[in-house]
Amino acid sequence: MEMKSDRRRFLQQTAAIAGVAAGAGLAAKAGPAQAQGNNVHVEPPRRGARYSIDHMTHYTPLHELKSVITPSRLHFMQQHTSEFPEIEAEHHTVSIYGLVDRPLRFSVADLKRLPSVSRVHFLECHANSSLAIHGTGNENMGPPVQYIHGMTSSSEWTGVPMSVLLREAGVKSTGTWIVNEGGDACNFSHTLPTGKAMEDCFIAYAQNGDPLRVEQGFPIRMIVPGWEAPFSVKYLKNIKVVDQPYHAWNESMNHSVARPDLGGKVRWYHFQFGPKSIITNPSAGLQMGAKGYNQITGIAWSGGGKITRVEISVDGGKNWRDAKIQDPVHTKAHTRFTYDWDWNGQDAVIVSRATDDQRELQPTLAELGKYWGIKMDEWRQKEDKPRAIHMNSQQPWKVNKDGSISDALFA
Amino acid sequence: MRSLLKVLAPAVILAFAVPAVVSAQSQGRLFPDVGKPLSEKEVKAFDRIIGPDGNALPVGRGTAKEGEVVFVKRCQVCHGVNGEGGILRRLTIGKPGQPYRGDYYGPNQDKMNGVSYYPVPTIAWDYINRAMPVPNPGTLTPNEVYSLVAFLFYRNGIINEGDVMDQTTLPKVVMPNKDGFVPAKPVYPPEKKPSWW
Repeated sequence: MEMKSDRRRFLQQTAAIAGVAAGAGLAAKAGPAQAQGNNVHVEPPRRGARYSIDHMTHYTPLHELKSVITPSRLHFMQQHTSEFPEIEAEHHTVSIYGLVDRPLRFSVADLKRLPSVSRVHFLECHANSSLAIHGTGNENMGPPVQYIHGMTSSSEWTGVPMSVLLREAGVKSTGTWIVNEGGDACNFSHTLPTGKAMEDCFIAYAQNGDPLRVEQGFPIRMIVPGWEAPFSVKYLKNIKVVDQPYHAWNESMNHSVARPDLGGKVRWYHFQFGPKSIITNPSAGLQMGAKGYNQITGIAWSGGGKITRVEISVDGGKNWRDAKIQDPVHTKAHTRFTYDWDWNGQDAVIVSRATDDQRELQPTLAELGKYWGIKMDEWRQKEDKPRAIHMNSQQPWKVNKDGSISDALFA
Repeated sequence: MRSLLKVLAPAVILAFAVPAVVSAQSQGRLFPDVGKPLSEKEVKAFDRIIGPDGNALPVGRGTAKEGEVVFVKRCQVCHGVNGEGGILRRLTIGKPGQPYRGDYYGPNQDKMNGVSYYPVPTIAWDYINRAMPVPNPGTLTPNEVYSLVAFLFYRNGIINEGDVMDQTTLPKVVMPNKDGFVPAKPVYPPEKKPSWW
């Protein structure tokens, strides 16, 4: 109880510092509702949160969710400012210029007049599941599955295809890249290949049927399906069509990593995510039910397309059996799986692996290390763990005899 | 009759004059009545997206000496003296005359925060101009941004103390880590399979 009120106080303080109602959806008020007993949902799932001078992070409570749709208020967020921009939708516009025949400016109302699409897609931070974050959580960040892997979420986004807008502006043949720029305090910018924009990107104005939330870029944001989320620029304001990648600060600095397989050089423009899955229940920090039937559930997703198979091992990856994939299965979206497990009450290591429709299989940490040229021992070390992004390696959880569960990635 | 003409005349003018204007603007458009055309002048007024060619850089100039004055006032509180480390990112990795040339792996990964890491010089201008200083981005003049870039490049050993940074000289600065990124020229779709590695 004390932990909760501490958390609430922390959130209220940070909200006050940020000058916004960051606590919306976070601090469930007890009070009258509580008196009505179990019929009322007085403690809805909470976002995990971490705030610093130049960053705000919200983590999705993956272990508390049952749908392929993440409730909008629980969507993860990684914001590169200390406050949200307050944008008036009726005055907000997006301008398309640069290497186009007809530079154009669209209001939000204009965008809503154009042909729309609604698609379910995941968004994931490039640094989600970072190795360095294992074992570093605090009470505001939730259990490990939330703070290690909770920077991925899945929503139904509605908006205008970039192919429609770029056709209106008329992209010149030299316009092979575009730069998207947001209207937040840092004017966040990111490069995107025009080819990808024409394929399946769109400017969204709605999330799960509602207007975008302010954390998600109100009034409009880019959606770049299957790619690391920094491509999906929020508070979208300008789209400049250019003739080469612009290496904006965020993509060449923050979001790039030196790799031994490249001779210590840096691979930039990691585009799509590989196949990935996480067992969300049971998972570290939670408690097993009694010996016997325990359903294993979780999510799988891939930047490459649809999830076609999820396998479960309850012996640390020696033997694998198919999990049930639950409909609906959307492309480049969270997909749910279940596995009926008869737990014998003994120590066990449970782990999942996903395959996508490109026939790519989710790697183990050792396999991923091999691709990157990083040795497991280097990744195990406590200090100066080599940084890696796009971590899609398998996540084993150790189920202990006493019903407790721990993180077994480095075991 | 006269009153009818009064009404019709503008309509006739519109009928002929407007399509002539619109056709240049709306040719090839499927939704010509949605959105507003932007003139070159309007674009120039708001465009702050600067690429490696430096084409969109505004007119201005600055030196390291001038930049130091601005840095002390606006930046040092977070980035430390000479950008050598404060509460936020350490910007200076090299020394005057001695640029840092890598590596950036493992224990050296924090050095990625430094200006020496940028593959192209225009990133410094673009980012300082769009996002700095943190409480009030957009409050630096072009001359101040040029001088801050000059100061940071000088402290990182990338240019000499007396070098002037302006819209012509800045894009030509050779960065010590210019070959540190692969592929040298990113392509889409990526050539390597699977593309998610």
